[in-house]
Amino acid sequence: MTLLLTVFAAVFVTVKWYNRKDDSMKLGILCFLYWGASIMWFVDAVFEYAELGAAYFTPALEDMINDSFLGLSVIALGLIIWLVRLLITDPKGSVRAALQKH
Amino acid sequence: MACFLVSAAEAVVVTAVEKAEEKKEQKIAENSSSEIVETKIPLSRKLKWLSYMLWGGAILLAFEHIWHGEVVAWFPFLSAMSDPGDTAEMLHEMATTGVCMALLVTLVWIGMCFAADAILKRGQNEPARKAS
Repeated sequence: MTLLLTVFAAVFVTVKWYNRKDDSMKLGILCFLYWGASIMWFVDAVFEYAELGAAYFTPALEDMINDSFLGLSVIALGLIIWLVRLLITDPKGSVRAALQKH
Repeated sequence: MACFLVSAAEAVVVTAVEKAEEKKEQKIAENSSSEIVETKIPLSRKLKWLSYMLWGGAILLAFEHIWHGEVVAWFPFLSAMSDPGDTAEMLHEMATTGVCMALLVTLVWIGMCFAADAILKRGQNEPARKAS
């Protein structure tokens, strides 16, 4: 579930990046973040499949719920990392403009 | 158990190489008097893609390990380090899963670089093709 959720997040962000009007949101970084994690979890899944066989595809409900929570938390963490970087680098100058406002 | 450490180590090396390459490219750009039309993606930019993927993957996987209690807040920070049997298992996992993760990310990045160059080349050839 973690792999699946991260892949969905990666695909969604990549489509958003492709349809971008300009690069001010720096969505490319979020794409790389999610794709990097997706590739790594894919390798993890392959090793787990080699160990468990077909049982890999029939996880217990409790494990699935836990993995789903983990997947959503991972997506949230990725978004927070991207947002913090966006606010610090401030490519649009929005933060600077807000701070300079009297 | 600690497979993300291999990718994190590669990310550190790639980031260092990227910074050095960026400085080198800046120096070349400053020394060249004539205006150079960019026809190729600079290596530093390509290395940045790889470092983002490696750092992103390593950070998010580290979070997963914290979630599962494999990374802890106290020394030696990896729960597998407290038992020699677990340590051996952890090192084996790093040597297999960890190395494969880093290798696959690097392979995907190599593919991306070739694809990006091809797309750029196609874009440059298009006006000539349209004119003919």
